[in-house]
Amino acid sequence: MAVTSTKPYVAVPRDLVQNFNGKQIVYVCWDHHMLFATPLMLVVEPGMLLGDMLENVVKPLIGPDPDSAAVDLTQVAWMKSGQPWVPDLGVSLAANGIVHKEQLRFSTPGLNSLLAA
Amino acid sequence: MDMQVAKKKLSLKEKYKLMTRDLGWDTTYHTKDEVFPYVKYEGIKIHDWDKWEDPFRLTMDSYWKYQAEKERKFYAIIDAHAQNNGHLNITDASYLSALKIFLQAISPGEYAAGKGFARMGREFPGVGTQVACQMQSIDEIRHAQTQIHALSNYNKFYNGFHAFADARDRMWYCTLPRSFFDDALSAGPFEFMIAIGFSFEYVLTNLLFVPFMSGAAYNGDMATVTFGFSAQSDEARHMTLGLECIKFMLEQDPANLPIVQGWIDKWFWRGFRLLGVVGTMMDYMLPKRVMSWREAWGIYGVENGGALFRDLARYGIRPPKGWDDAEKAIDHMSHQFMLALYQYNFGTAFHSGIPSEDDMAWLSKKYPDTFDKYYRPRWAHLTKLKEAGTPFANMGLAKLCQTCQIPTVFTEPDDPTSICQRETEYKGEKYHFCSDGCQHIFENEPEKYIQSWLPMQQLFQAPINGDLGAWMNWVSLIPGKDNGDYDGSEDQRNFEAWRKQATSNQ
Repeated sequence: MAVTSTKPYVAVPRDLVQNFNGKQIVYVCWDHHMLFATPLMLVVEPGMLLGDMLENVVKPLIGPDPDSAAVDLTQVAWMKSGQPWVPDLGVSLAANGIVHKEQLRFSTPGLNSLLAA
Repeated sequence: MDMQVAKKKLSLKEKYKLMTRDLGWDTTYHTKDEVFPYVKYEGIKIHDWDKWEDPFRLTMDSYWKYQAEKERKFYAIIDAHAQNNGHLNITDASYLSALKIFLQAISPGEYAAGKGFARMGREFPGVGTQVACQMQSIDEIRHAQTQIHALSNYNKFYNGFHAFADARDRMWYCTLPRSFFDDALSAGPFEFMIAIGFSFEYVLTNLLFVPFMSGAAYNGDMATVTFGFSAQSDEARHMTLGLECIKFMLEQDPANLPIVQGWIDKWFWRGFRLLGVVGTMMDYMLPKRVMSWREAWGIYGVENGGALFRDLARYGIRPPKGWDDAEKAIDHMSHQFMLALYQYNFGTAFHSGIPSEDDMAWLSKKYPDTFDKYYRPRWAHLTKLKEAGTPFANMGLAKLCQTCQIPTVFTEPDDPTSICQRETEYKGEKYHFCSDGCQHIFENEPEKYIQSWLPMQQLFQAPINGDLGAWMNWVSLIPGKDNGDYDGSEDQRNFEAWRKQATSNQ
């Protein structure tokens, strides 16, 4: 049963992609970098090149972490929806199959100043 | 010849019988099912409503008398507190953040509980149950009212108190308690009783009120202590109602057990997430601390909660499913929550800050296995950023859990270096969660939780469309006054100046 109710009941999600003025949500998490309390929530256009999103949106946001200067986002290992994944930085988010509310994670093994302390 | 004289006074038992049980009647124009339409759809089977016990045997006339007396005492003390500048007796104005969170997030919850119990007083067929729920409804409204009145005195002097109702409706951190109560209020009457009457009032209330009221006493806040005392005598009655209700359900029919157990699992986890705020307040927001969140959990969670579930085992009830995950989170959750509140403090109607060296020494003593290893390095780095003139504000905004609506700040139960991330798909849409507990709750009733009003998502939809200034206006947050670091705030400056005037000749 999808909900305990007295009669058939169908709901509408409050955050469908059409509510975002042509944009979509993407979550990005830098694994084991816990200065950032939660994965970053980004609201971006699906036509944006993935490489542009990493360079212009993600890179400035991870700046406060002491490891950020040592990271090359074009070389890190990625996961998408919990599965290992190889992105194509030269094409758009949509062409990379990054849908609304997609969770991306990247990891940088061996680079972790704030946990090593 | 002896005259027969009418007895002047009714015995307590007679009075209770006449003024409670005898108020009910059997309907003849409509069937019982038509008059009480919501009492069967959840699947709970009740065979005899008269088996409901009322341990308090309180009748409405005595109820009014007791409550009126409590009100008189309460307002006398609140008046004295206002007239004697009681606000200058608190340890430090940074303490007020705890009160601001309480007023924005918890007092509206009391009001919501009032609405819920008013509905239950109508929907349950048993008269004893109806009267007990009606009394609790009035209690809850009284609690909301006394809290708002007690804290209104601080609103004359300090920022962040002025728009608690807007904050309740629109603030991102307030959707945590609001969604908790909305979830309970939109459930059926029996689930509501397990959610609020049992899980919240019985299992978790001590973790909320005891640390909070002791915190107020330790920090010189007589206004809050007073509303705490005024509410305390009601709480005993509420706890009894919650416990009575669960025993009644379990004794009426063995088929009720799996339904009740499912609700206990769900509402323990929702309540535990809600209490994350209390833990954060205890560990980070009280200038003079009472006990750590870990210590409070040990007494009120492990000892008291453990005893309760051992007692309920004779009905076949086992401890809630999330119990072990909760225990694993205790040494981490307040630190993780506080790091979030700090880095998003441009968007909070209360102040926060980096703990001082003294505070950090206390934290490492109370959390010897976790604080120095995981959390001190982060605070040290944040201090460095602040001293360099570039304090950290996280403009990436927060990913929220679809069920509890808290930013997904919590880590994997067995790995404190990894944020716990869970996702599922329902009807082609992705949904994210902070924990297995929250994912289970969603998957059990997805059609309910896909409607979650997630504040970060709303920020980028109409009418705000991503404009942070418009958002602040919409939540009635005054930037530069209500939000940001306590260090350098108007509250800090004013409190120090006024206290100096009160204690010196300058």
